Amino acid sequence: MKPSGWGELAIAAFLVFLAVFVPFVTNGYWLSIAVTTMMYVALATSWALFSGPTHYISLATGAFFGIGGYLVGSMMSDYQLPFWVPLVVAPLVAAGLAFLIGIATLRLSGVYFVIFTLGLAEMIRNLISWIQNNFLGSRGLYVLTDLRDHHLYWMLLGVAAAVFLLGWVVNRSRLGFALRIIGNDETVARHVGINTAWAKVILFTTTGFFAALVGAIIAPRWSYIEPNQVFSPQLSFLVVIMALLGGAGRLWGPLVGVIPFTIIWEWVNVQFPNQSTLFLGLAFLLIVYVLPNGMVGRIEQLHARMGRGRS
Amino acid sequence: MLDIIVSGLLLSGTYALVAMGLNLQYGVARIMNLANGEVLVLGALAAFWLYTTAQISPLLTVILVIPVAFIGNWLIYRFLLTPLVRRSKSQGQLEVDSILATFGISFVLIGIMVSIEGGFFAYKYLSEPISILGSTTSLNRFIAFLIACAIGIGLYLWLNKTRSGVAVRAVAVSTEASGLVGINVPRISAFAFALGGAITAVGGALISTFITLDASIGVVFTLKALIIVIMGGVGDIRGAIVAACILGLVETAVATLIDPGLTLAAAYLIFILILLFRPQGLFGRAST
Repeated sequence: MKPSGWGELAIAAFLVFLAVFVPFVTNGYWLSIAVTTMMYVALATSWALFSGPTHYISLATGAFFGIGGYLVGSMMSDYQLPFWVPLVVAPLVAAGLAFLIGIATLRLSGVYFVIFTLGLAEMIRNLISWIQNNFLGSRGLYVLTDLRDHHLYWMLLGVAAAVFLLGWVVNRSRLGFALRIIGNDETVARHVGINTAWAKVILFTTTGFFAALVGAIIAPRWSYIEPNQVFSPQLSFLVVIMALLGGAGRLWGPLVGVIPFTIIWEWVNVQFPNQSTLFLGLAFLLIVYVLPNGMVGRIEQLHARMGRGRS
Repeated sequence: MLDIIVSGLLLSGTYALVAMGLNLQYGVARIMNLANGEVLVLGALAAFWLYTTAQISPLLTVILVIPVAFIGNWLIYRFLLTPLVRRSKSQGQLEVDSILATFGISFVLIGIMVSIEGGFFAYKYLSEPISILGSTTSLNRFIAFLIACAIGIGLYLWLNKTRSGVAVRAVAVSTEASGLVGINVPRISAFAFALGGAITAVGGALISTFITLDASIGVVFTLKALIIVIMGGVGDIRGAIVAACILGLVETAVATLIDPGLTLAAAYLIFILILLFRPQGLFGRAST
């Protein structure tokens, strides 16, 4: 990347600093929007860490997120463990699962990977419902904590900042360079001696880790956990749309997409609850046909054109 | 045990048909169509809607659905997917673009279907018991199986015995080489995509006679069809039929012996075994 990487980091640190104060200036409805937004910022940015450079579209976010939420519910309700235990365990479980999925599918072409992740959340949900009904007894899973929206917001902000920092480090490392080569041409990458499978597996594992962490943090918001609710396939698609809308090619691209999309999505869900799926489809088509490189890509294109006009 | 084999095989008939449709779209037109399941559900919705509002037999709908789905899919290919084929610089780029575009199409279709019928597409048609090889099953399953077989055999003969079928298979092997020998590749691709969509919709109309669907179930069928296509090997009809039988039997066995909620998990188990041991398909040769 450019040597201006340190400047980027400074701007990011400043934005995080400003974001810390959001709960002090607002509460109620807008704070809850802020929590949702921060959740998607963390999810979409960590999604783009893997899918941005490699162009492998992962739809596993909902599955990992669900593992986070479900483990919080199960461990707190069934085993009376304190909140921080699942908070540590869930991301590790999800990372382990992501690692196994990565090893099985990422050696092959990207299509197999997409197909595999497509039904993953649904499959895990079926499996967990079955285990719960047959072996654990179908009890309700309650998550009762003293955490309020602003606590969740700060925790999610911390996760988002960590994802950013990680992305920044990866971008400047040999691994980031390797991933960009893989994204441009996988055959070339193999020929210059990059272990393409490993690079992809490592990054995918990271994405799984963060998605489960976010799922675990947000769990106290619901107070009652049901597999049907936490393993939502729609979440995976929302994350893909937000990241691509902003532009997955840049670290801060997803951020640009998440903020407007979350607000519009909330509005659509309230005003036209029956048309939300249709809206999701139109958003996908908009990205493919109008914004193939996201809003960031479009801005950079305009910027370049203006630069040429001046000289 | 016999019950499992009979109903598993009957189920795999329609699965094979749907997988053939997807095979034409992915193998020939090279579009990874993730809206495939929604086209299937659309066929099912047509059968349900015409039967409940106008008492039109689902078997007649099967015929009615063919031209409608063919034209609909042709339009989708021509106006939504051709621009992507033109702008893509590589096969990988086209794959990503077509995956995202067909996601969009699938959600739009779900949105439209929900506004037509939000609940289950439940209706009763020919659900009388019949006895096959000593095992009792319902007549609608058997008829759906027979129709699926008839269409499948017709498709197989067309691909292997006619001039236009050869052209389609040539495009499946290589777009560049078939262009060189004078085949109109864009036209054949559009035709294969449209035909694949029509076959899928027919499969949906048939399935709806014995399984109750709803507007958002499409993705499950997309997944099953994809697993069959990958297991059988892309472009391999014989492989798809064997793979469909395996999936149908395993699913039925899991549903009757363990729990009906685990059929998707069973499909995933097959999928992961294929990816680990035979990613080139059951009958495919290992590529370098």
